[in-house]
Amino acid sequence: MSTPPTLQLSLGPVLFYWTREHYAGFYREAADWPVEIITLGETVCSRRRDMKLDDWLGIGRELTQSGKQVVLASQTLIESEADLRDLRKLCDNGDFIVEANDQSALQRLSNAGLPFVAGAALNLYNPATLDVMKRAGMQRWQAPVEMSRDDLTQLIADCHQTGVSQPCEVFAYGHLPLAWSSRCFTARRHQKPKDRCQFVCQKYPEGLVLRSQESRDVFTLNGIQTLSSACQDLRHELPAMAETGVSVARLSPRAEGMAEVVSAFNQARQGRLPIPDPLTLVDAEICDGYWYGQPGMDNTRTGAN
Amino acid sequence: MELVCPAGNLPALKRAVDEGADAVYFGFQNATNARQFAGLNFTDKRAREGIDYAHKQGKRVFCAINTYPQPDGWQQWTRAVDQAADLGVDALILADMGLLDYATQHHPDVARHLSVQGSATSHEALRFYHEHFGIKRAVLPRVLSITQVRDLAKQTPVELEVFAFGSLCIMAEGRCYLSSYLTGESPNTRGVCSPAAHVRWEETPQGLESRLNNVLIDRYAEGERAGYPTLCKGRFEVAGETYHAIEEPTSLNTLELLPELRELGISAVKIEGRQRSPAYVSKVAGIWRQALDRLEGAPGRFHPEHTWMAGLAELSEGATTTLGAYERRWK
Repeated sequence: MSTPPTLQLSLGPVLFYWTREHYAGFYREAADWPVEIITLGETVCSRRRDMKLDDWLGIGRELTQSGKQVVLASQTLIESEADLRDLRKLCDNGDFIVEANDQSALQRLSNAGLPFVAGAALNLYNPATLDVMKRAGMQRWQAPVEMSRDDLTQLIADCHQTGVSQPCEVFAYGHLPLAWSSRCFTARRHQKPKDRCQFVCQKYPEGLVLRSQESRDVFTLNGIQTLSSACQDLRHELPAMAETGVSVARLSPRAEGMAEVVSAFNQARQGRLPIPDPLTLVDAEICDGYWYGQPGMDNTRTGAN
Repeated sequence: MELVCPAGNLPALKRAVDEGADAVYFGFQNATNARQFAGLNFTDKRAREGIDYAHKQGKRVFCAINTYPQPDGWQQWTRAVDQAADLGVDALILADMGLLDYATQHHPDVARHLSVQGSATSHEALRFYHEHFGIKRAVLPRVLSITQVRDLAKQTPVELEVFAFGSLCIMAEGRCYLSSYLTGESPNTRGVCSPAAHVRWEETPQGLESRLNNVLIDRYAEGERAGYPTLCKGRFEVAGETYHAIEEPTSLNTLELLPELRELGISAVKIEGRQRSPAYVSKVAGIWRQALDRLEGAPGRFHPEHTWMAGLAELSEGATTTLGAYERRWK
């Protein structure tokens, strides 16, 4: 008999714009993956309309039947009245807990007395802020992507001292979400105005690489969102993470090879390391700098920056 | 509408006040504010002098403590809040929810303004900050179109301050971690973006190159105007094209929107640039003072004068200005 793993694994929302068939196929597979939590929903752009709230709810119900805890994530940059209407519907869905990714969602959820997951873009850097979140109904929280292990260790310890004991989730795998703009960079590349973008971002299921003029990958453009070009991979840090008091490791979906990634993390959380590198299956450089208090793009395992 | 001007040091503060700023904003010499530059910002003594100078002329002073208190530095941030309150500032400009909560409990009588770094882009978000921390005013991120500002202004529970002129952040402020991805230091954690310590200039056979922590941000041909390598304003290659993939080096200038902003009930226009020289601040403040006075005199007939626009363009990044996100087609 194996002991139950201390860390839970979660599948983050798909940050890219896929087709309906792609989402459906992905979550059909994910239902059998060894992750405890799956977060659904469109967090990047309100113009991405292939999936309606009802579609997400349908997928959510199926995943619930497969034993997954399902979370619905809210859009990070709320700009218009239409965005707010969609946000209200999401918050009032009646079935699933919501991941609040901005203060509009916080307002809606806390006023309705609904529990929520506090997203990474809420900027939760200190116990006082987490205490505000706790009073507002927070059930779990995500550390800011730029927070180091040392800072997180101290933060979690201080939180426990001040009575904030809600579980913490860390972005453990994937392209790091680093910025949101009202401008769409994918449409800009295609010289289309955002209002008539023709949904060009759907052509890029893993985003569009932005390189320096000496061909070094720097960022990944994903509509209005900018991600890291490298894939953060904290697989080797899972034991340290658990020791720090982190409860959940988030894996951010990629278009290919995600089953192998999940499997590798599942092995890793049970202490089975080193293992053959499944990441050779997916073509991305790896980074882990943030975790070590360095520039996020650094790779401490190879010494590259 | 109130004219709010940047004060990176005491001379800039005085020049801004002299040129007609209704309020100035400043920060302390540490990571507690979003313009942590070497040689910039205020000691306690300088701040006292500056506040005295402004108050004597009936002007207001705001203190920006708008970075995010880090796990090992909570006291540094609360000390800044206490210090600003003791100095008698007219408002605190805050972003972090924990720090807002602290200020609400410990200094309830000092007005709290939500910094642009608090990333509030809807009236619902403003309501959250208002209900929890009683904010009096909020500075809006530079990501909204004028139509979106209009919708928001109709339902806002607090006064609104919008950016009028200066460097243009095109990411939702407070939610941009690009700088720490490349350098380890960000606006949220250290009050810096693309920090100078990581910048390197190099003459090469390919041209003048600017680098940020060794990442090539831009390369300039002979005679091209080189700008500071703010990481989002470089030229990069995307799918075979090399261009300003994120944004051109340009400044925000909303002078022509003044009548509309006034009509929407915007309380204040903000000039960016605490890192700029006293001469810069003085010129910009002077032009905006004239414009606002003209606007108040005859709101229906307001037109930006050519000399104002030319004067501002001269002071802009890349000598060009934009309406940014206020204008829908920019997006």
